Amino acid sequence: MIHLPLARLLAVAAAALLATGAAQADTLKKIKDSASITLGARESSGALAFTLGDGKYVGFHTEMAQRIAEDLRKQLGLPKLEVKFQAVTSQNRVPLVQNGTVDLECGSTTNNAARQKDVAFAMTTYVEEVRIAVKANSGITSINQLNGKTVATTTGTTSVQTLRKHERSAGVDFKEVFGKDHADSFLLLESGRADAFVMDGQILAGNISKAKHPADFKIVGEVLSVEPIACMLRKDDPAFKKAVDDSIKGMVKSGELAKLYDKWFMQPIPPANTKVGLPASDATKAAWANPNDKPMEDYAKK
Amino acid sequence: MASWDWEVFCKDTATSEVMAGCLGAGGKDITYLQWMMSAWGWTMSVALLALLVALLLGTLMGVLRTTPVKGLVWLGNAWTELFRNIPLLVQVFLWYHVLPALVPPLKDLPSFVLVVLALGLFTSARIAEQVKAGIQSLPKGQRYAGLALGLTLPQTYRYVLLPMALRIVIPPLTSESMNIVKNSSVAFAVSIAELTMFAMQAQEETSRGIEIYLAVSLLYFISAFSINRVALFIERRVQVPGLIGGGK
Repeated sequence: MIHLPLARLLAVAAAALLATGAAQADTLKKIKDSASITLGARESSGALAFTLGDGKYVGFHTEMAQRIAEDLRKQLGLPKLEVKFQAVTSQNRVPLVQNGTVDLECGSTTNNAARQKDVAFAMTTYVEEVRIAVKANSGITSINQLNGKTVATTTGTTSVQTLRKHERSAGVDFKEVFGKDHADSFLLLESGRADAFVMDGQILAGNISKAKHPADFKIVGEVLSVEPIACMLRKDDPAFKKAVDDSIKGMVKSGELAKLYDKWFMQPIPPANTKVGLPASDATKAAWANPNDKPMEDYAKK
Repeated sequence: MASWDWEVFCKDTATSEVMAGCLGAGGKDITYLQWMMSAWGWTMSVALLALLVALLLGTLMGVLRTTPVKGLVWLGNAWTELFRNIPLLVQVFLWYHVLPALVPPLKDLPSFVLVVLALGLFTSARIAEQVKAGIQSLPKGQRYAGLALGLTLPQTYRYVLLPMALRIVIPPLTSESMNIVKNSSVAFAVSIAELTMFAMQAQEETSRGIEIYLAVSLLYFISAFSINRVALFIERRVQVPGLIGGGK
């Protein structure tokens, strides 16, 4: 009867899994009981969230998450709250939030309808606009001039799909090349392998600011896609969502959020002490003025 | 968490609408399933062409390393160490970003050719090592006997040494051939629309990462396992009773 203990073990494991799956998420209690919160952090999401190495995570949304954690500490009446960081990627961020490894993920996650089936989103704190970067002397000013040209974008981003949709609806035809990360895609533009780099505006601005000759590049043309970026948290945990949302609303009201934006997007930032130089867009300001958690699909309708 | 959504493969890649019969109209109107199949095709094209390059060059270099000619041995050793000691991904970038900057005509080559060369040469170093080991595993007397019979050195290799050595190294070569399928995933880094790129991109667009990665893993498994079966078939077909690895 060698198989029996194994079968029993499996049954116990399965029961444990089911139990955790069925339990109502109560993140506030978890934070209070453990006196710690785990924030999901991105390593390379432009000025929104990035790493300086050595386990140090910074950026507009990273610092905002730290302030939210501080507000949660006050709300829960904890003398001390340990803030842990867990690096996440776009592949594992949703599962890590679902299974409780990460309590709050503030990086560059787009709030869309498909993800809302799995997770919840806090109030939108940044609205991303997908734009085109070209060489300043290329004479390109619009997406329609890209017909027959080579366009670079980064694998694993929504910009790839945006391009595809545009290609089909506008009837333009371009050759696409995919960088494995943003730096790689920018290199494609810089080295002349691509005529344009289509990506989130802040990523483009950040990469241009770090280029050898920033004046050689410019961001042109229409906004190709609008995406609300928000902090991600577990679904069906209204108390936790309210606490996070209240903290964000408080920061908007006190002007703290605008100051944070200025710090990360308008002032020199590490590691190279360059300025991204991207003022808050009208869409971002509108999201601050009327806090909401509408998914990307609602933006497209307008 | 355990809610599967396999319908994701039937969605159109631009409109995200579920298509009837899981297939789009063709041209640019394709579903994720069609995209994945095309990605599988790219993976296999990169892998099989690179394998061809690797087997030809690897065998040649492996043979050179066992010849009595010092210059040829040096060439084979240098080749092996050069391609074996640089990480594969770095080699791919060298081919894609660095060499075209030094040799402008390379810029016009599609990245597909560059990645086949990079992967093929990387693997050729490993195959050279195995072929050399296969030849060296034969008793020295075999070589002397060939030469004593009046065969030239190339004839000794062709008729005496290689027929035995190559049979001996079929099992390690099988592993290498399976590795090349899996290693072909580095091609995503230079914009080849193969399976790994499909997985990274489609999971982002559909938010159904688990389904996508499971399907892609299965395709990698099927590909590598088929190569394993083909190699086993070849091994059985060419075996000679009484020789090493010749069976009963």
